[in-house]
Amino acid sequence: MSEETKKFMYINRKAPYGTIYAWESLEVVLIGAAFEQDVSLAFLDDGVFQLTKGQDTKGIGMKNFSPTYSALGDYEVTKIYVEKESLEERGLTLDDLQHLVWEDEDEDYAEKDSIRLVSRAELAEVIAASDVLFNF
Amino acid sequence: MKLTIQVNEGPYQHQSSDSAYYFTKAALEKGHEIFRVFFYHDGVNNGTRLTTPPQDDRNIVKRWSDLAEAHGLDLVVCVAAAQRRGIVDEGEAQRNGKDATNIAPGFRISGLGQLVEGGVQSDRLVVFGD
Amino acid sequence: MAMLHLVNKSPYDAGNLETATAYMQGDDALLLIEDAIYAAIKAGKASAMLAGKNVSVLGPDLAARGIAEDKLVEGINIIDYAGFVDLVEANDKVQSWL
Repeated sequence: MSEETKKFMYINRKAPYGTIYAWESLEVVLIGAAFEQDVSLAFLDDGVFQLTKGQDTKGIGMKNFSPTYSALGDYEVTKIYVEKESLEERGLTLDDLQHLVWEDEDEDYAEKDSIRLVSRAELAEVIAASDVLFNF
Repeated sequence: MKLTIQVNEGPYQHQSSDSAYYFTKAALEKGHEIFRVFFYHDGVNNGTRLTTPPQDDRNIVKRWSDLAEAHGLDLVVCVAAAQRRGIVDEGEAQRNGKDATNIAPGFRISGLGQLVEGGVQSDRLVVFGD
Repeated sequence: MAMLHLVNKSPYDAGNLETATAYMQGDDALLLIEDAIYAAIKAGKASAMLAGKNVSVLGPDLAARGIAEDKLVEGINIIDYAGFVDLVEANDKVQSWL
């Protein structure tokens, strides 16, 4: 059964660990990869906190799921939008976030950045151009 | 219009399940097609048949079961979220060694692919949550 | 191509309405449901965020919370669940600002 591909946009606006939404939304992205749609992820508001480096959850006894973000490239998720204003408001820079990459098999598996730092206005355009919006 | 509805919160704690129910009912009354209602996160708790709400209040679980029966709705509870929160059908009980099941009539437990498929196949995805 | 923005939290409790209105473009529509209906109270600070926007509010949620229609911002559309369905149909997609 083949139909035209839809632009899927998974929107992440919540911090990790305080609630389960961040992790359970990632589970949808991983399963969703099998459906071969045109996938993008967006991180804005407190969602930007999901991507910080150096998460160590031993003290709170929860599973550290942050390594899953770096595996996204293997699931053909290559478009990860991070909203600039949300980062800045929260006192973070791109340097505080994981360096997420994907391997472009069309260019000899050259490593490319998955994270696209965009303004709110730019992200609004990307969301407006999407077909299906997932929120958690 | 073909709709997939996603419910992210459990019964009573949030208004999400109520809002989703009234939206779904109104869509059916207008002749639209409900492709699937997918229950995720704590939303899976809408699928337990063991609730005993007060007599003078709405019975959220039964309301969904009744709507499903009247219209042949596909009410899907996410398996991963259900395992975490203890919503169990026969298959899950056997697979995971549980001594009971609690799935409500009209609901079935299935994978996250059902939500993604809803997104692919429907004209609109409407999410109710917190 | 217009989007329906759905907000369900009180603007006095959470920043969802602020984000939603910042993301609204062109002909986009905004529907306030559940606790977000409080944003529509004319004399409330949050109503300023609704200025110049195409806003609807769910009547049943207003009534449940005892907010009379004459307290609302001018020109707001008060709709029911059937109207909610129509709004979903009239727009290309729905963005739930949870």
